[in-house]
Amino acid sequence: MSETDTKRPSQLFRNLSAKIASVPMILTAVFVFVGGTAWTIFYSFTNSKLLPRLNFVGIDQYERLWAAPRWQVAIENLAIYGVFSLVFSLVIGFLLAAMLDQKIRFEDTFRTIFLYPFALSFIVTGLVWQWLLNPDFGVQAVVRSLGWTGFDFNPLYNAQIVIYGILIAALWQGTGLIMCLMLAGLRGIDEDIWKAARVDGIPTWKTYLFIIIPMMRPVFITTLVIIAAGIVKVYDLVVAQTSGGPGIASEVPAKYVYDYMFHAQNLGQGFAASTMMLVTVIIVVVPWAYLEFGRRQRG
Amino acid sequence: MADTTLDPSAIAASEPYGPRPRAVFSPRNIFLYGTLIVVAVYYLLPLYVMVVTSLKGMPEIRLGNIFSPPMEITFEPWVKAWATACTGLNCDGLSRGFWNSVRITVPSVILSIAIASVNGYALANWRFKGADIFFTILIVGAFIPYQVMIYPIVIMLREIGLYGNLWGLVIVHSIFGMPILTLLFRNYFTSVPEELFKAARVDGAGFWAIYLKIMLPMSLPIFVVAIILQVTGIWNDFLFGVVYTRPDTYPMTVQLNNIVNSVQGVKEYNVNMAATILTGLVPLIVYFVSGKLFVRGIAAGAVKG
Repeated sequence: MSETDTKRPSQLFRNLSAKIASVPMILTAVFVFVGGTAWTIFYSFTNSKLLPRLNFVGIDQYERLWAAPRWQVAIENLAIYGVFSLVFSLVIGFLLAAMLDQKIRFEDTFRTIFLYPFALSFIVTGLVWQWLLNPDFGVQAVVRSLGWTGFDFNPLYNAQIVIYGILIAALWQGTGLIMCLMLAGLRGIDEDIWKAARVDGIPTWKTYLFIIIPMMRPVFITTLVIIAAGIVKVYDLVVAQTSGGPGIASEVPAKYVYDYMFHAQNLGQGFAASTMMLVTVIIVVVPWAYLEFGRRQRG
Repeated sequence: MADTTLDPSAIAASEPYGPRPRAVFSPRNIFLYGTLIVVAVYYLLPLYVMVVTSLKGMPEIRLGNIFSPPMEITFEPWVKAWATACTGLNCDGLSRGFWNSVRITVPSVILSIAIASVNGYALANWRFKGADIFFTILIVGAFIPYQVMIYPIVIMLREIGLYGNLWGLVIVHSIFGMPILTLLFRNYFTSVPEELFKAARVDGAGFWAIYLKIMLPMSLPIFVVAIILQVTGIWNDFLFGVVYTRPDTYPMTVQLNNIVNSVQGVKEYNVNMAATILTGLVPLIVYFVSGKLFVRGIAAGAVKG
């Protein structure tokens, strides 16, 4: 620890304490993140069943994966859930943030209320909304008991719309976070911009649409990546709310992977499916990283 | 805002944060507060329904409506959820899951923060050749879906004999908490004035001495943020719990899901809701007690890179 810059015993032992302190990071980076990912991709080309085996079958697992109705449903659900949760989280999050940004009273109270669901786990969220959407006791039953007997709102037991039932719960849980990020973005905008817009007589909504939102582009991009990363991961919520049902109507890729790895004892399928999840993330993250990197280079 | 035709000189005269006199019951205010209150009610409703349902008896639930307050308050569902609810394997309620979660969360929080803070400190003040490469891998790795790495970790834990063991799960939480926590601490330590670090070096303090005597006492707020982030994150985890533990060591979230979604027996919605609140209680308390720090924590957790 008493090494100085004038005498260097050896490159390896230089700064030794820092290197020792970084051992967990190095092990994690090399063995888990790089090694683990490579291992999974590698074994996705084998026909491993109960245990991983090096019996290569080419892209067999991927062909089987994309032919499986369950995977097709999972991907379709992910797409619907993804598009709607992106759009709605951004719109609701931004509108709430814009309303809280009007120098209102009780701002802290409102923010606390909008954000508390985010502290709850997806399991808790899923179970609460399973109860609220229960056809016999929940919202549907209450509205019917008020006299509107034809009222039909039963997403969790209707294969056509079950994914929207999950979406409702997800939005309840997650929009508070988006609101907070958007609010931070709005607060970062110079007060003078608002003054200038007011001097020019531009209506508030136009100022938001054509001046503020374009200025918040970095915040929007970051938020987009956060939402997208969360979308691919969606798992616990589905398990708690519907267990993938009715039938296979609310399956998602993360659940497919888990079920094939730990229940169906078909590791190869699980590895192939998880590799496809990785590909999905790469499609989302790489353009973003490219944009970020490009921006830094310019700046 | 209707005052778009204001005289420019009047605006120039007003201070940036000067309160402008406004009618309290202007249409704008009624719309604004009305919308906010409606949305707030919507966000609070599930919590209200949870509490109300958990305090009713089953006959009242079958007859009444989920939004009505309990006619007769009973704490029996809470007692049952805590002590005797069945998961299909055992019938000792959520208490087992609660203590498992405590046994998982406490060491995971301590270990992950200890590793990440020292790590961030090394990256900020004691750079060595190649450190940035590993750090980049770590940050990029934060975007890899967990599902890709789950099985290799099962094999690694099995090799060292910790698969199915609470300590195995502690290691997993430390691994996956590492990217964001290391980033958090690295950024914080980088912002500490370098003169301070140099002065300590001149005085002959080494790596650990500077960390323990200078950096640690200076960075308590960031430690609190990290603790909030980790306690809520680890307590709420489901995926790692279900993969890396056995039924008798399941964390609370997994056990809750097993109690509520178990197929056998009559559904006792009041017990289910009491169990759900019990599981959500720890992160909710952390949230309401920590206030603004929680916002800082999740903002740090959310804004990767």
